[in-house]
Amino acid sequence: MKKYILDLTVAENLSLHENYVLLKLTQAEPLPEMLPGQFAEIRVDGSCTTFLRRPISINFVDREKNEVWFLVQLVGDGTRKLASVKKGDTVNAVLPLGNGFTFLPDGGKKTLLVSGGVGTAPMLYFGKALAEKGFRPTFLLGARSKNDLLQLEQFAAYGDVYTTTEDGSAGEKGYVTMHSILQQQKFDMIYTCGPKPMMMAVAKYAKTNGIECEVSLENTMACGVGACLCCVEKTDEGHVCVCKEGPVFNIKKLLWQI
Amino acid sequence: MADLRVNVGGLEMKNPVMTASGTFGYGLEFQDFVDLEAIGGIIVKGTTLMPREGNPYPRMAETPMGMLNAVGLQNKGVHHFVNHIYPQIKDIKTNMIVNVSGSQVEDYAETASVINELENIPAIELNISCPNVKQGGMAFGVSARGAAEVVAAVRKVYGKTLIVKLSPNVTDIAEIARAVEGAGADSVSLINTLLGMAIDAEKRKPILSTVTGGMSGAAVKPIALRMVWQVAKAVKIPVIGLGGIMNWKDAVEFLLAGASAVQIGTANFIDPAVTVKVAKGIDDYLDRHGYKSVKDIIGALEA
Repeated sequence: MKKYILDLTVAENLSLHENYVLLKLTQAEPLPEMLPGQFAEIRVDGSCTTFLRRPISINFVDREKNEVWFLVQLVGDGTRKLASVKKGDTVNAVLPLGNGFTFLPDGGKKTLLVSGGVGTAPMLYFGKALAEKGFRPTFLLGARSKNDLLQLEQFAAYGDVYTTTEDGSAGEKGYVTMHSILQQQKFDMIYTCGPKPMMMAVAKYAKTNGIECEVSLENTMACGVGACLCCVEKTDEGHVCVCKEGPVFNIKKLLWQI
Repeated sequence: MADLRVNVGGLEMKNPVMTASGTFGYGLEFQDFVDLEAIGGIIVKGTTLMPREGNPYPRMAETPMGMLNAVGLQNKGVHHFVNHIYPQIKDIKTNMIVNVSGSQVEDYAETASVINELENIPAIELNISCPNVKQGGMAFGVSARGAAEVVAAVRKVYGKTLIVKLSPNVTDIAEIARAVEGAGADSVSLINTLLGMAIDAEKRKPILSTVTGGMSGAAVKPIALRMVWQVAKAVKIPVIGLGGIMNWKDAVEFLLAGASAVQIGTANFIDPAVTVKVAKGIDDYLDRHGYKSVKDIIGALEA
């Protein structure tokens, strides 16, 4: 897929929560093709401590409005600066990067999309794509607390939504891997994105139950295009770049001790 | 439009802008962003005789206006390069240059002799200064004797342009430059990364798996500029300047300090199209100041 360096315009900057903003970016030309699970390397202007671009998942692509959405978690100086952009500002993005999730021909029949924290971001666009192909995925979303569960209404438009919170303020109390749905229903395919311990727990569940599973990794990266070899993950083929060969990997390829 | 052509140790380049090894892959990774043939020279990822897995993750730490890396020369070895990469890049009409690294003199020489047979690789850059592997050539690069030894061995088997990349992690870089010039190098490139370190205070742990790593990016430019200036005065062979070049203005500064060409490294991560912008910017600068050729500003610093 051809990659682009684009000067995008901020159509909207929504504060979803004290720690998250949703950036909706657009341009005059139609946006290029982007696949669910791919990401962008976004340049942060005006932060004297931020040198590298920030890799951020594609949260959603609204073709009617010609918008690409990025859910930005405010982690450090770079993401805070990025989150301060205003409507009409320019944001420079290199996209689309990485491979994206694998679509199964039958939609995985019963597909579970498990995500936690800002890892929920790519699942919305993926859920939409699955719904457009006529499938109805199940979303299992985890967060610390009720306020950290984001975009629930949008998720509900594409599938069944189940939630967990660590403090029990919404959904079932605990971690996603403790949710009762994992015992009650049988899934054929699991996709997951979130903190590494969560993904490892999901991968373990999938492996134990003989379910195909893809994980989306977020190793620290610099170039985003497979040139610097900083973001490597050990696989059955040795060290590979998460930015280029990933970020999505089938757990069978990874050397995780699960 | 000024004449941007330069000759670096026998290597004819259409302009003085090159890419630094390890920051531009094999060029192919950037072809969506730039016309590769508009770049003076592309130095591909460091290549060793045998495949190397590189260092464990994490390999990168961002620093103020820079970054540390600890990749550790991950590559699939020179034979993989010859059989699988070279066919993909040999017809790109610019100077495709291989960066060669090793852990012993014989490895350097054997790798260089293999690449010597490749018709469309007009030069190699000898990496005697990688800070990220225990025997990554650093041992050679930090002493004049060691540097001269490895360069002399490669010179015997390599007939084309031989560039030697110097480490800044030394007491007197000019002394090393003179030693490799004496051993037969056609050009020197500098600086490789500066040895640095990053710590995660919350976890009380180093960020890099190797604890220390090589620092690059805008923050290192003043050091690189100083070293290029010192080396350009110390040797007769052409100098290639690199270290923190982010734009055409930085590149012009290196040319003024005495570099005959420049390499763009870490800046490729921030702007994947930076190389062609730098070439254009140098051209505009020359026009604006009434210079007919880029050669007119090499070493033209009025100090």
